[in-house]
Amino acid sequence: MSARLAVETLAARAAGRLSRLAGAGGGTTLPGKLLWKLDPGAIDALAARLPHGVVLVSATNGKTTTTAMAAAILGDRRRLAWNSSGANLVSGIASTLLARPGAELGLLEVDEGALTEVARRVRPRALLLGNLFRDQLDRYGELELVAERWRSTVSDLGERTTLVVNADDPQLGDLARDRRDVVTYGLDDPAHSRQALQHAADSRHCVRCGRPYEFAAVYVGHLGDYRCPHCGHARPELQVRARAINLQGLESATFDLVTPAGQTRVRLPLPGLYNVYNALGAAALTQTLGATLEEIKAGLENFGAAFGRFERIQAGGRTILMLLIKNPAGANEVIRTLEGGGAPPLLLVALNDAIADGKDVSWIWDVDLEPLLAGTERVIATGDRAAELAVRCVYGGLPEDRLDVQPALHHALDRGLELTPKGGQLVVLPTYTAMLALRRIFTERGLVRPYWKQR
Amino acid sequence: MRIRVGHLYPDYLNIYADRGNIAVLSRRAALRGHELEVASVSLGDELRPGAHDLLYVGGGQDREQALVAPDLAAKGEAVRAVVAGGAAVLAVCGGYQLLGRGYFGRRDVDMPGVGLFPHETIAGERRMIGDVLLECELEPGRRETLAGFENHAGRTRLDPGAVPLGRVIAGFGNDGRSGYEGCRVDRAIGTYLHGPLLPRNPWLADWLLAQALAHATGAEPPELEPLPDRLEAQAHAVSAQRARDRGGRF
Repeated sequence: MSARLAVETLAARAAGRLSRLAGAGGGTTLPGKLLWKLDPGAIDALAARLPHGVVLVSATNGKTTTTAMAAAILGDRRRLAWNSSGANLVSGIASTLLARPGAELGLLEVDEGALTEVARRVRPRALLLGNLFRDQLDRYGELELVAERWRSTVSDLGERTTLVVNADDPQLGDLARDRRDVVTYGLDDPAHSRQALQHAADSRHCVRCGRPYEFAAVYVGHLGDYRCPHCGHARPELQVRARAINLQGLESATFDLVTPAGQTRVRLPLPGLYNVYNALGAAALTQTLGATLEEIKAGLENFGAAFGRFERIQAGGRTILMLLIKNPAGANEVIRTLEGGGAPPLLLVALNDAIADGKDVSWIWDVDLEPLLAGTERVIATGDRAAELAVRCVYGGLPEDRLDVQPALHHALDRGLELTPKGGQLVVLPTYTAMLALRRIFTERGLVRPYWKQR
Repeated sequence: MRIRVGHLYPDYLNIYADRGNIAVLSRRAALRGHELEVASVSLGDELRPGAHDLLYVGGGQDREQALVAPDLAAKGEAVRAVVAGGAAVLAVCGGYQLLGRGYFGRRDVDMPGVGLFPHETIAGERRMIGDVLLECELEPGRRETLAGFENHAGRTRLDPGAVPLGRVIAGFGNDGRSGYEGCRVDRAIGTYLHGPLLPRNPWLADWLLAQALAHATGAEPPELEPLPDRLEAQAHAVSAQRARDRGGRF
């Protein structure tokens, strides 16, 4: 390490400790922000000293979980620089690289909008692209813009980077064309196809000619087995696949993991098709890093959920089940999974509109809330935009007398726990900053450990 | 009474939760004993003047907007005839742009429009994104506010004498300079505001329903029975405050 980098590194690490001492939160991005200001090129140097290089994971949905699964598979065999708390902007990545001086491999989830910058700087040995859904249009811009940036990022990286793509997403499957070092993955079980494309389905028109695709199967949002009847653009062949999928309600998902190196049956302790996608991505990625089928199976089967994505928290004899929602495609899958376990009688939904949530809350109208509203006895609407959420529920058919509107999260949580019988479960669906705020409340009440102490 | 809605290109122009606007019209009609019947009018479908009491056109991403633009331009005469015949229109964002003379200069591609609204839209560099608050007076003496969210690269310039939908209290509006937002021609309204627009601005939903009923019956727009709108008022208040606090400006 150069003398300059060494000094900057020390200063930046000290800033992170100060931030935590001051009670300002995890201090997970502050050191990186400082380093980024001091010397933007430092990230390149920090990445370059990792002997096994860097792998990047990006997607609209599932990047935190997929990355955590990859970490679980790699286990103790590699010392990782891994941004497990989801600090996935350039500053968070710089902080992660700083905090793990002895690391051998960088395992980094990257924000969709930050991918171009990060990839250019760290030159990853592998890049996993999981999916592209409409998300926070006020922050990322239109889906097509993100897709375009990703296309040029991929072509700039050249053949030294192994590309791992979810081929069920037409935009990403197309990136596999004409590329030598590429791994495609996807679902291969039409028994789990939806009847039709959801309202919020995005890439439903051919990426090449613009005509509507025909789908032999639709799994999540627009992810599926597509083919354009006009020009023939179709899902590429899958190298890593899930077959014979069996979903066990809110508990788990079992599937045959089929890879070029053989196949094995995996019992994933997380629910829902979307987590099967996450597991497939993690399997395909780690296989390019040399993980064996046995290591992959063991890592996935012993996986605990990623931070805030699917957490069970015990609170005075009651269970809080917290599932993050942040865009229509993700929320629809959470709802489908909840329905699989029978619609919960009581729901707490928390809608914030900070920058990290998206200032534009229109997306809640694209979520298919109706099946949940029809089956539930009571909804508590909370967060900074609780009133907007309440209006959404009422126009979605929920009688007003089954609705509590309580913008303050801690009051809403008290109300939810009060209405939950002993031994019962309170389902909580928060947006990102609401999830962080709820976790702070859980920490204050001694129900969970702060996230920066979890690993 | 049956209110017949023609929803233009619902499978292409739906990016900003446009179905929320339809849901609000539908429920508010039903609560007054009317029935909203929504028919899709998409690529290649004929638009028959007289067949609809209200047309809805939503917003789409650039790609989807470009896919429907030629088809919509070909329906231009029919759209103008629908409005001349007294039907109501709500056009949001991309739909609003294409109901003008056109959208010009985006990636060097020009998209001619319908020519209903006396305006044209020129592509701009920076997107205008943020919360918006407007003051409107659709009926003389009845001032109302509209709260919503805007996200557009196009700058829409109204012709001299064109009637805007409202005056911008906070946010960018049509072009970030004129101080006006949207456009009105007879019973047709165009605007950049989504959110979606109608759930937190129920008075506009009722205005559109009354205009559509006037077309359906051939009579004057009726006074609709008021609804409590307690939650809607709260949602409006929060959204309006957001615009005042953080509405867009360069």
